[in-house]
Amino acid sequence: MMALVAGSAYAGGYRVSLQGQKQLAMGHTGVGVVQSAEVLFFNPAGAAFLKDRFNFSVGGNALFAKTKFQNETYNWKSSTDNFGTPFELYASYKATDWLTVGLAVYSPYGSTVEWDKDWQGSHLVNDIKLEAIYIQPTVSIKVSDQFSIGGGPIFVTGSVNFNRNLTRSLTNEQGNRSDVTIDAKGVTAWGYDVGFMFNPAETVRLGVNYRSEITMEARNGDATFNDLPAFAQGTYQNTQFNADLPLPAELTAGLSVEITDKWLVAFDYNMAFWHVYDALTISFANGTPTSVNPRNYKDAGTYRFGTQFKPNDKFAFRAGWYFDESPVQDGYFAPETPRNDSMGFTGGLTYQLNPKLGIDFSFLYLHFDETKNSYNYYNEDGNLVTFGGTYKNVVFSPGVGLTYSF
Amino acid sequence: MKNKIIYLAILAAGFAACEPEFENEVTDGSYSAGDANFTTYVAVGNSLTAGYMDGTVSRVGQSYSYPSILAKQFALVGGGAFTQPSYEEDVNNLGGIMGLPGFNTRLVIDASAGGPEPIAGASTITLTPQAKAYNNMGVPGAKSYHLLAPGYGNVAGVALGQANPYFVRHATSPTATVLGDAMSLNPTFFTNWIGSNDVLLYAIAGGTGVDQDGNINPATYAQNDITDPNVFASAYNTIVTTLTSGGAKGVVATIPNVTSIPYFTTVPYNPLTTAALGGEAVVTQLNTELYGPMKQVLTLFGQGGRLNLLSATEPNPVIIVDETLPNLSVQLTGAFTAGGYPADQAAFMGALYGQARQATANDLILLPASSLLGKNAPGVPAPFNVYGVTYPLQDGSVLIPTEISAINTATTRFNVTIRQVAASKGVPVADMNAILNQLVDGLRVEDGQIYTANYFSTASLSTVLFSLDGVHPNARGYALIANEILKVINTTYNAKLPMVSPAYYPGATVLPTN
Repeated sequence: MMALVAGSAYAGGYRVSLQGQKQLAMGHTGVGVVQSAEVLFFNPAGAAFLKDRFNFSVGGNALFAKTKFQNETYNWKSSTDNFGTPFELYASYKATDWLTVGLAVYSPYGSTVEWDKDWQGSHLVNDIKLEAIYIQPTVSIKVSDQFSIGGGPIFVTGSVNFNRNLTRSLTNEQGNRSDVTIDAKGVTAWGYDVGFMFNPAETVRLGVNYRSEITMEARNGDATFNDLPAFAQGTYQNTQFNADLPLPAELTAGLSVEITDKWLVAFDYNMAFWHVYDALTISFANGTPTSVNPRNYKDAGTYRFGTQFKPNDKFAFRAGWYFDESPVQDGYFAPETPRNDSMGFTGGLTYQLNPKLGIDFSFLYLHFDETKNSYNYYNEDGNLVTFGGTYKNVVFSPGVGLTYSF
Repeated sequence: MKNKIIYLAILAAGFAACEPEFENEVTDGSYSAGDANFTTYVAVGNSLTAGYMDGTVSRVGQSYSYPSILAKQFALVGGGAFTQPSYEEDVNNLGGIMGLPGFNTRLVIDASAGGPEPIAGASTITLTPQAKAYNNMGVPGAKSYHLLAPGYGNVAGVALGQANPYFVRHATSPTATVLGDAMSLNPTFFTNWIGSNDVLLYAIAGGTGVDQDGNINPATYAQNDITDPNVFASAYNTIVTTLTSGGAKGVVATIPNVTSIPYFTTVPYNPLTTAALGGEAVVTQLNTELYGPMKQVLTLFGQGGRLNLLSATEPNPVIIVDETLPNLSVQLTGAFTAGGYPADQAAFMGALYGQARQATANDLILLPASSLLGKNAPGVPAPFNVYGVTYPLQDGSVLIPTEISAINTATTRFNVTIRQVAASKGVPVADMNAILNQLVDGLRVEDGQIYTANYFSTASLSTVLFSLDGVHPNARGYALIANEILKVINTTYNAKLPMVSPAYYPGATVLPTN
């Protein structure tokens, strides 16, 4: 199952906003939208207002994320070209008129970045693969036709694999760069998700959703040192490591308005509390010195706009736009998540094969301006040294899903 | 519907093929040669140009010579092939020269022993003549006037000290000159970093040579002498005039001062702590049995300042031979005899300490002394055999103020000449002396790293710039030098060449055992 989830960090650190084909097509809005089981992710309170008794949505994306790097001062060039397949699965069941239960499985955090081996930034990262699957049972309670609440616990299972060179110049006797891989699998953690929805008018829904911070505590993962020169084999011995990787809390508020019975517009604002990611600290079981890598992320907001047009019962067309602020601050631009602010352009459609079964298509194009930035906190022999250049990202992701309800 | 799916698929494929593109993609075309022409780049100089490091030229070490690093950058803007003397026969990368005493294999750190030593194994580098002019004409050991000397590459002259084994390997004929071979390539661009050996070999030998100031016949010089400034100026002028005679542009470099080279600055004059001496009892014993009586005698003859009693709390200076001091052997012998020492022992002590004194901050203790201090001098009776403590460091291990003064005077004169000659030919100067002086306090490079002129230590594995011989840079140091030359080229010739980052170049070879 893990292999399916390989996402790719794009926009907002290692957050991957691909949690529903219908909503993605609408700029990944949805905290105030009720139209499919995808609402279990966007705002479980909204599930209480789903019309059908059973609602299923399943989907996945083909995620292409490419980054190029160059530095004219030194004539450095490198690139990373990554592919991932984040997926989602949602099911809701209206047990009683006021109680809806559901199950959501999704992968909101992930990252695969694989640079050219031994590239100039290899002392920071050669490659990283980070995966986290969220499994979230939910209950939604319709307090009234105007108000509902919902939420549930989140169980996260994840893994991380990270490789970098030990220094900018250390090699073994054959001239191969010395590197370290840390690998932790089956890391689990718990969190929760809560939300409410308020419908001040028949055509207007307001929603607020909060997904808690979850800290992935990797314990006793494997740290493996490769291509060490003989003299350093005493200093660096394969061992276990501990590291905490925060998956930050996210607060979303938004609304949707049915302007006509065919035309819906939605707006979301997300705030991701990235400030919890102040450093990636890796401590080792034996005497290997603790590795402290400052990150100093800042909280980051996203503005999302989406619209849907349903000309008839067969089709729904969607489009959206969002602006995604990067949590990475100047001087902390590490090539493991080489993302700056971006603008997402989304679109998609649903074709109802029959009243119960629909097929969803979506696409996302993320536009990044090229950015000149650096990571200034690599410690070499007691001095902080900088690594930087110009980065340019392109992310594109077509997706497909099925919606079944009755 | 079908059409729509196809349309979407095409759209998807279109986006998927979408590649990130920079507004200004860095390509070879991003760089330019400016007013310079790098078609045929020739480097002349000495060991620093040859890529000498860790006490030798080795196959891998040579690949990090600064001319080789420069040539890689030049290749982006029209630079042609860059050849260096062949070291293919150095299959195990040991360096050295087979069968020649003193031409040892490259130095490595032996972690089990703690210090630098020649790597185990026998050199496979021979004097087989290659008879070829190479783009890198750096000849280790060469002084300014050597570049003009016919026969400097004649194998017959090696044993007589008149020829250079490194030049023997590639001189185009036994009578060829280094400069002549260089010019045979018709350089369009050159670097010239010659002159260090005209003064540095004297310094490295601890000032045992002669300052030839006033003697204008270099044929009478020995290897470790200081070149007369007029001889230097004449040779230097000829070299630069010749190099520019075909219209070539280039860069010349100044020569470094001894105080910026770890060979001269690593060993403190006062390393003898109580612990190093063997404890307080030893200090007391040395004071009562040797330092005390000696100071008494010296004071009698008005030379009490030569040494002080050893301190149990402060680090103490080593004792050295200062050949400029009045020789008090006879007086000391007499006093020791009167003090009850047997006549032969008194005579021995008198001879040993006749010109001895404790070192001061104005002396420079040379790097090789670090492996002597505290050890026993061979063939010397105990307790007078402990280097630096009871057995004075000899002339070749120390630079005393008069020697340092001669070195500084020569260095300054040579650098003045280099600047004058360069200016007269319109050639820019890469001020390596100034750059190395900055390293003494720490030179901050573009990425924020601060490099120093310190000798190897385990705390500076990633930042040390000098190789284990303490005189020559390591690969990382040569990258820094190449970078400084690139800056001069970019500024002077309106060129745009990419910099190199020293950080990515290797430092010393450390082996668990040797």
